[in-house]
Amino acid sequence: MRVLERLGHTVEFPAGQTCCGQMHYNTGYQAEAMPLLERFVAQFEGAEAVVVPSSSCVAMMRDHYPKMALEIGKAELIGAVDALLPKVFEFSEFVTKRLGLEDVGAHYPHRVTYHASCHGLRNLGLGDGPVRLLKAVRGIDLVELKGLEQCCGFGGTFAVKNADVSGAMLADKVSAVLETKAEACTACDNSCLMHIEGALHRQKMDVKTVHLAEILAGEEAAQ
Amino acid sequence: MSGVGLDPKTAPLFPIAAKTAMGNTQLRKNVRHATDLIQAKRARVVGEMPDWQDLREAGKQIRQHTMENLDFYLEEFEANCTRAGGVVHWARDAAEARRIIVSLVKASGSEEVIKIKSMTTEEIQLNSALEEAGIHPFETDLAELIIQLGEDRPSHIVVPALHKNRHEIREIFRTKMNLPDLGDQPHDLADAARMFLREKFLRVKTGVSGANFLIAETGGVCITESEGNGRMCLTLPETLIAVAGIDKVIPRYQDLEVFLQLLPRSATGERMNPYNSVWTGVNAADGPQIFHVVLMDNARTEILADEEARQTLNCIRCAACQNACPVYRQTGGHAYGSVYAGPIGAILTPQLQEMHYAQSLPYASSLCGACYEVCPVKINIPEVLIHLRNKVVKQKGLSAEALAMRTMGMIFRSERRFRAAQRLGQVAETPLVRKDGWIGWLPGQLGGWTQARDLKKMPKETFRDWWEKRGKNGN
Repeated sequence: MRVLERLGHTVEFPAGQTCCGQMHYNTGYQAEAMPLLERFVAQFEGAEAVVVPSSSCVAMMRDHYPKMALEIGKAELIGAVDALLPKVFEFSEFVTKRLGLEDVGAHYPHRVTYHASCHGLRNLGLGDGPVRLLKAVRGIDLVELKGLEQCCGFGGTFAVKNADVSGAMLADKVSAVLETKAEACTACDNSCLMHIEGALHRQKMDVKTVHLAEILAGEEAAQ
Repeated sequence: MSGVGLDPKTAPLFPIAAKTAMGNTQLRKNVRHATDLIQAKRARVVGEMPDWQDLREAGKQIRQHTMENLDFYLEEFEANCTRAGGVVHWARDAAEARRIIVSLVKASGSEEVIKIKSMTTEEIQLNSALEEAGIHPFETDLAELIIQLGEDRPSHIVVPALHKNRHEIREIFRTKMNLPDLGDQPHDLADAARMFLREKFLRVKTGVSGANFLIAETGGVCITESEGNGRMCLTLPETLIAVAGIDKVIPRYQDLEVFLQLLPRSATGERMNPYNSVWTGVNAADGPQIFHVVLMDNARTEILADEEARQTLNCIRCAACQNACPVYRQTGGHAYGSVYAGPIGAILTPQLQEMHYAQSLPYASSLCGACYEVCPVKINIPEVLIHLRNKVVKQKGLSAEALAMRTMGMIFRSERRFRAAQRLGQVAETPLVRKDGWIGWLPGQLGGWTQARDLKKMPKETFRDWWEKRGKNGN
């Protein structure tokens, strides 16, 4: 919010919004996800741009909403989804691709490493967009994460259904994070961050997890 | 003798088998080392191809077109193979395929067969059927030989003994080949296998192979391999029996141009397989004089009938998805309880079981998409996984999970309920929250989370609260 407002945009938060339906859809409960698609369209129709601070939610919308709308079969809904989707952006994507910016005037004097969330990396093709945004941040000491493209093991309900495998994947990710000696680990997806944060805290490690937007919101006076 | 086969009908649930597998640190080290190595080689030879994405698209289009016209191409293959002197057999399922092959081997008058590595024969557990009929199968692929002698099971489609390192292999060879002084260098092991196998190649009169591709246009059976054992099995025996799933057909000879680039680069990181053989019928001057092809369905037509899952059949068995999969890399192949492990196994195995078994496999993925990214024929494995999860959910009907999902669906459909749930959540979690503001233990299935992670308690002020308060203050 702060970043977007600082850049001169008017931000609205439709109070009726809830969930994109990813958890239901990806776990196999497609029927429960259908009404959430209709809800999303009703909430955001008419916006100039919809900015979503979570890459996996955007991937859910882009990869599955058109197919879901076809399945629901209402012509109006299919049209509305087609019209709305090109206006939906993941946060870093909105800044780099829609606004064409890299430097948003942020200040964040900490050692930071970036984890490329799977959905952002593969489904959205964010590429080095988030890294370019981070590089432009004043005072930042950005250090590359080994195995950047490796999944942290979250995967929604995967983390509880296959807790052992998920935990082993997470352990690999956390040791890569610790190896960087970063003070903070950032990403474009809060679910990965919550996952990584959970293990860091369990291991009593003093490394913060912060969303990319929190870093870009950093200002000199605030530090 | 091979060990007990991998059978999805009796295999434990994936999370349980995975836990057991991950307890074996040597296995995990071996799997990690081998998959890292193959992945690096693959990345190098894929990276040098400027038209890789076009090749992938071509591969996908050819496979898709073939599946949409599978009946036509299978009959074309049958006609052309027959014309060239081959005999084509049709098997509805694994049992029928085993029966046909056993009777063909018996008719050949041999009590032994030499085999080229074939996952299809593993799928139908052919070796135990042969043994029961008094026929001794000799695996001639190095990895399959290791598996057979070690009474083990394959853990990878392309490199079945990937979970073994060379010290372990030396131990197997030392005992089973009676070579007490055998070294553990790759050339020592290769020499031992060569000596052991050479005599079988020269003696055994009947060969059994799988197929990489069946070429409809010519009736040819294409087999690619790296060791030359395949060429031996194809040329030396008097009788050759090839068994293939009906999904292996491709329309034209020229299509090999696409697949013989995609397959080796994706599978072993080689630019080309050292041995590429196309065997078309019988040639009076050379090679086996009796040539059978067994075309097996074994639930493939059921997969074909499911429009959303049909792409599963496009697979050319390169195993790039296994090497790239972070789940497979943690567990190795045996945890999947099927000869088809990793992401492709997670979608193929339950479908080969017509969704009666292996229902935990579609959930053996974090949906990270690494498999889709490397697939040479662009199978959208995550999409098929989700589709199969939906089938499993429908099958299971009412469960605690289904109820929880339904409740959450209801909450997400209303702003009022959503707000109430946020408040309720803050209250409900209170007994679990420690003094430091974190949750270290969760009940029931959610306990999976707290095995290795803590959970921060919900914030006192939700984003919604903050946003609304901020609006009022006129910020």
